[in-house]
Amino acid sequence: MTYTAWIIITACLVGLTCGLIGVFLILRRMAMMADAISHTVLLGIVVAFIITRELSGPHMLVGAILVGLLTAVLVQWLNSLEIENHASIGIVFTTLFAIGVILIATSVGNAHLDVQHALMGEITFIPWNTVNLPMIGSIPEATAILFLVLIIVVFMILAFYKEWKITSFDPALAASIGIPVVLMHYVFMSLVSVTTVAAFDAVGAIMVVAMLITPAASAYLWTDKLSIMLLLSGTFGVVSAITGYYIAAWIDTSISGSMAFATGIVFLISFIGSPKHGLFAKFIPNVTDNKALNEKSTR
Amino acid sequence: MAESVIKVKELSAAYRKNTVLENVDFSVEKGSLTGIVGPNGAGKSTLIKTMLQLHPSLSGTVDFMGLPFKQAKKYIGYVPQRGSVDWDFPTNALDVVTMGLYGKIGWLKLPTRMHKEKAFHALKKMGMEDYADRQISQLSGGQQQRVFLARALVQDADIYFMDEPLAGVDAATERAIMTILKELKANGKTVMVVHHDLQTVEEYFDHVLLLNRTVMNHGKTTETFTKDNVAKTYGGNMRWMGEEKQYVVHTGK
Repeated sequence: MTYTAWIIITACLVGLTCGLIGVFLILRRMAMMADAISHTVLLGIVVAFIITRELSGPHMLVGAILVGLLTAVLVQWLNSLEIENHASIGIVFTTLFAIGVILIATSVGNAHLDVQHALMGEITFIPWNTVNLPMIGSIPEATAILFLVLIIVVFMILAFYKEWKITSFDPALAASIGIPVVLMHYVFMSLVSVTTVAAFDAVGAIMVVAMLITPAASAYLWTDKLSIMLLLSGTFGVVSAITGYYIAAWIDTSISGSMAFATGIVFLISFIGSPKHGLFAKFIPNVTDNKALNEKSTR
Repeated sequence: MAESVIKVKELSAAYRKNTVLENVDFSVEKGSLTGIVGPNGAGKSTLIKTMLQLHPSLSGTVDFMGLPFKQAKKYIGYVPQRGSVDWDFPTNALDVVTMGLYGKIGWLKLPTRMHKEKAFHALKKMGMEDYADRQISQLSGGQQQRVFLARALVQDADIYFMDEPLAGVDAATERAIMTILKELKANGKTVMVVHHDLQTVEEYFDHVLLLNRTVMNHGKTTETFTKDNVAKTYGGNMRWMGEEKQYVVHTGK
């Protein structure tokens, strides 16, 4: 397969995986946590590298899960000490990220790992670093990892669909009928962590936030059904990834930057055009909406 | 004397560093409909949440039908405050009611048509069958509360806890909810309701629990809900606020 094809496939996998996970980030009102984890996984990757001296996928995934959980636990802990939630997130992620940056500068030195790469990613190099898989043959390592993570994410969402739904909508009821809300929270944080680290190589810590949040936020504007929101968000992620690639090729610029930019365009279109929540929605005659409005005014 | 299904002993709880509940002691008879009444900040919601282990207790024990909460969970239904959830969540009324059955459906299974029918039946009971497919943000406050009640009904619990189900609802919804509460009581269920409207207490509840950080009075409404007891529950609080104001004035000089 050509390099271009691998790049596009990798980008699509990033868009799809992030789009799916992003839906629950939005619905659980945890967009800031995505930002936090996307930065702190750097520490996980660096520590995994210092211990194993190699930048291989499985080690990075384990490191990312541990640091992702550490982030979630620390935020929870600071929060319980009467520090406002967003402040807690800000304190924890900048500190852990800074430790990662310091470790890169002092202990990692000239390895294939630098801050620039960590922040921006470099999807162009992905086809060069391949692994041999049985039956499939030689494919880029980042693509293989992303595929694995996509399968994990899809499996977890489908297997625990109703549990994700109820713990996102009404955690108090969920807890009262015996669903382990806290455990689900940490499992979710782990999923965010592995998604982030898998997408890391391709798009970097900053762009992965765009891929996690924006497609899901756009999908939220189009539908009133969770399953459709998931499908739309995944689709928006893939569309943004492909569009982003061609924008980058057209004006010869950063691929990850263009992909993030494309998610912004998708959101803008959704924001203006959505028939339900869009900017012009109130000018479109809609029977159910009018009925709802009438009820609201009479209550 | 009827058998008591809820026993609370020396329960205490705190928010951050402020103690909200202290030495709460009471027991509730089977088949009673109890209104939990008290001023703002008296710990009414906290009491329910602490009993259901949604909020950590500092000390004390709670048991339901002689069982600790963990084992009694499946016999308990909880209706949180309407404002506690995000009504923009992408889901419809029927789906929210079906959530009441998630505990019974079990892991790795999806709701079947039977579950959906059960949920629909509960919606119908609350007079909401026409709104089953309606996105929940497009329901009025009263309709949202009825959806919450329907969700509690499908749980088919023996003990119900409801946090201000009558707050901010229209008159029709209030009547519908009270009809259901009386029906639950008639079927031998035990119901505890956080209530804020003093005028309707005597009409709605057979038992009342006057709460202000601790149990001020508890018992049959006819005997307990007296002017003196209510004044004691609320009045203490008002005096305390008065003193605080005075204090502010003095330091201002």
